[in-house]
Amino acid sequence: MTATTEAPAPEVPGRQNVVGTPLRRKEDARLVTGRTRWTDSVAAPGLLHVVILRSPMAHARLTRVDVSGALQRPGIVAAYTGLDLVDDFGGLPTAWTVSEDLKTPSHFPVARDVVRYVGDAVAVVVASSHDAAVDAMEAIEVDYEPLPAVLDMEQAMADGSPLVHDDIGTNTCFTYHEEHGSYQASKAKADVLLTRRYVNQRLIPNAMEPRSVVVDPTGAADSFTIWSSTQVPHFVRIFMALVCGIPEHKIRVIAPDVGGGFGSKLDIYAEEAICLGLAKRLHRPVKWTASRSEDYQATIHGRDVIQDVEIAATSDGKMLGLRVDLLTDMGAYLQLLTPSIALLGRYMYPAIYKFETHSFHCTGVFSNKTPTDAYRGAGRPEATFAIERAVDDLAAHLHLDPIELRRRNWITHDEFPYTTVCGLEYDSGNYEAATDKALELFGYDALRAEQAERRRSNDPVQLGIGVSTYTEMCGLAPSRWLGEQGYVAGGWERATVRMTPLGKVEVVSGTSPHGQGHATTFSQIAADALGVPFEDVEVIVNDTAAVPWGLDTYGSRSLVVGGTAVRRAAEGVVEKAKLLAAHLFEADPADLEFDSGTFRVKGTPSATKTIQELAFASFTSHTMAEGSDAILTADHLVDPETFSFPHGTHLCAVEVDTETGMTKIRRYVCVDDIGKVVNPMIVEGQVHGGVAQGIAQALYEEAVYDDAGNLVTGSLVDYLVPAAPDLPTFETDRTETPSTTNPLGVKGVGEAGTIASTPAVVNAVVDALRHLGVDDVRMACTPERVWRAIHGARGSDDPAPAGSVVYGGATTETTAGGRLT
Amino acid sequence: MVRIQITVDGQRHEDEVEGRLLLVHYLRDRLGKVGTPVGCDTSNCGSCTVRMDGQSVKSCSVLAVQADGSEITTVEGLATGEWHPVQTAFKECHALQCGYCTPGMIMASIDLLEENPSPSEDEIRHGLEGNLCRCTGYQNIVKAVQYAAAQGGAQ
Repeated sequence: MTATTEAPAPEVPGRQNVVGTPLRRKEDARLVTGRTRWTDSVAAPGLLHVVILRSPMAHARLTRVDVSGALQRPGIVAAYTGLDLVDDFGGLPTAWTVSEDLKTPSHFPVARDVVRYVGDAVAVVVASSHDAAVDAMEAIEVDYEPLPAVLDMEQAMADGSPLVHDDIGTNTCFTYHEEHGSYQASKAKADVLLTRRYVNQRLIPNAMEPRSVVVDPTGAADSFTIWSSTQVPHFVRIFMALVCGIPEHKIRVIAPDVGGGFGSKLDIYAEEAICLGLAKRLHRPVKWTASRSEDYQATIHGRDVIQDVEIAATSDGKMLGLRVDLLTDMGAYLQLLTPSIALLGRYMYPAIYKFETHSFHCTGVFSNKTPTDAYRGAGRPEATFAIERAVDDLAAHLHLDPIELRRRNWITHDEFPYTTVCGLEYDSGNYEAATDKALELFGYDALRAEQAERRRSNDPVQLGIGVSTYTEMCGLAPSRWLGEQGYVAGGWERATVRMTPLGKVEVVSGTSPHGQGHATTFSQIAADALGVPFEDVEVIVNDTAAVPWGLDTYGSRSLVVGGTAVRRAAEGVVEKAKLLAAHLFEADPADLEFDSGTFRVKGTPSATKTIQELAFASFTSHTMAEGSDAILTADHLVDPETFSFPHGTHLCAVEVDTETGMTKIRRYVCVDDIGKVVNPMIVEGQVHGGVAQGIAQALYEEAVYDDAGNLVTGSLVDYLVPAAPDLPTFETDRTETPSTTNPLGVKGVGEAGTIASTPAVVNAVVDALRHLGVDDVRMACTPERVWRAIHGARGSDDPAPAGSVVYGGATTETTAGGRLT
Repeated sequence: MVRIQITVDGQRHEDEVEGRLLLVHYLRDRLGKVGTPVGCDTSNCGSCTVRMDGQSVKSCSVLAVQADGSEITTVEGLATGEWHPVQTAFKECHALQCGYCTPGMIMASIDLLEENPSPSEDEIRHGLEGNLCRCTGYQNIVKAVQYAAAQGGAQ
């Protein structure tokens, strides 16, 4: 026993803090060696495979679904229609009641009478092998009675439109209106009115791991372990209990390695309920894994917002009022957060500018398409796109440099904290500093000179420069605010930090990483707070049995909210250790000081205890103070009072070949201010990936439906996720204005790059062509659209690019392109 | 059913397989080599890239029966005691986030470096065109391949 009664030796003399350093990731060892556990890799004895027959029709009545043929096939355990499963699960949830007039249609995991989008589930097959299940699916007979499909938002709202949901009686899901000051008064004062229509096209999130679910009924098949490729294991547990009527304490949810999410796995999906219901019914473990093409139909899409924007300004460039009117496509049903997404951006339309008034209106519309929901940025990329496009367009109209117009309107660094027209208080920022740094890195003046020269010489390859000075609100948090908004949950986050007997550290966090590097970042925070080696910290996440409390990862909240909880919990451990040290030294706790993991009695240099020694002492509990809580563990729950507001300046230079319409990004410079940084390497990676996804929206990606409601970009063959040659090298830098609303001084970074980059790129494309009469190019700015924009401006072709129902509806495309008045 | 003989990561296997069985499913479902993931159904994403007799192949585009008699290396077979330099480079350069594309990206990078031990940035970007990543924007993947090249490349 001698070995175990010896306290661990003191460690790390002269310890350096690790927060702020680019430590390599703890996660990587298993990821680069293939020692991974993706949901689809989870095995269980007697595992059965589930496949789902999906509707090939956008809108149809099911007059007959006959699975009996499938049951005759070899290896088939069961096959069910939606009506067979009415007792196994109810409808899927929507967690955000955005308005009193919100219409929430019934949304059953397997359709019962009507299918409402291509991909709606019609029947399920369970078999001993995946191949057997797929083969048997062919033997299911379905009679579809076609119903007219609703595909275009403006047509959907017109009188006499067919309805997505007969029982609701309208295709309008909700209307929302908010006024800050009198926009009409601003308009009356203005002598310039910029009116624009912008379109944020429908996108497919494309996390590299297609979704997958495994459910294992354990014990007497009355408790269940669910592995799901999800961002929100804690939500899945709560909602599966509600949807499937299984007591919450009988459900354990594990999100093992999760291969990206970008919002698309922030949801409660039909297949989670289907697998849980089937496992309960059959008393066997079951697995469902999407193919990529199936994922394109059955996983939420993003964006799909038509934005009518009006800025009332003075001719000397003072922006007074902003009016925004949105149409946002819900798709056929409401997923977890569907109606809230466009609204999450509503306070970001005024952005960094000192508008006097803001009028916001939004209408949610049902269509016979895959439901939309959160995709990286969720509402804020749309807002930033509209305002940053509009500011560039206004600058062009006023013959002002786009940077100059911004300078005349943005909040200056000495005005923080600043309460915006929407009532949000921005705690800190320095738009001048980020912009000046970006301009210098970019070589703005030289590029402008080159642009002038190319215009003068009528170069077939024109140069365009796009600006985006974004801010965003993230760190999804304040529970009180979320409650006021009609959201069913809060926004707190919780962490436990505990010392193990031999002086190691476990951090339990309610956030749920899927690529962000929480294990590394949280280890850095805990290591510094406790004064222990980075390597001595283990981060425990993504399992509701090990992490009972958490609200998971989305909205750039993990560090700002979750990281703060880790820091506070670690400080709690230090406080407990201090009481123990004081007891052992027979000293007053006030006489102790703590530095680099060691407690000292002031004035008695020899009286020291490391926190590891105290961990062991607390474990043995041989000598404890009266009434003390022996174990060195502390919980902390953080519920911030506000959001975090990162900002930055992104500059993009593109070369546009006016003969082919081809756009090439020549330079991409971004200077982001995300406050203090825990791991600059991880931050830079987040910026790279975010910018890449924003560029992808600007230039490459678009979910396209045909006039029958078929997703024609139905696989990676047709939907252009950029590969390495499609993207430039990003030149990144930072300014650092610490947040004043959390002890780490951090602001979120997960979504910033995506929010910032899309308008920078499109502004650059338009800037390259403005002298040719072009003032908008619809996203994605494909060579065809750019070419048509050039030729349309020359009066030789249709100005509305690709204006046919093939591209999502004639109205959407042909009513585009507001004009200056 | 067809009888095949395949060596995977140095271990010999003999199996009866259906003619339609893809190599990636043989590796994952029959041999438990789940380090190689599946990212698509159209051979676009490259997540399932492995090496077959020294050439990188998308294992979703090869039938198990086509791999009869061949030698397969997956990401799980790269490290022999120490990590392969490309594995080290990916960690060192933060060339991965979620890690789902990483096995395929590493296998394709090794192939690229064998063909071209000191590739330019442009050659790396085009060489990895068949492998999609949604997290990194590729910049650090390019950096990792350059880093591995500087450390002696594919070996």
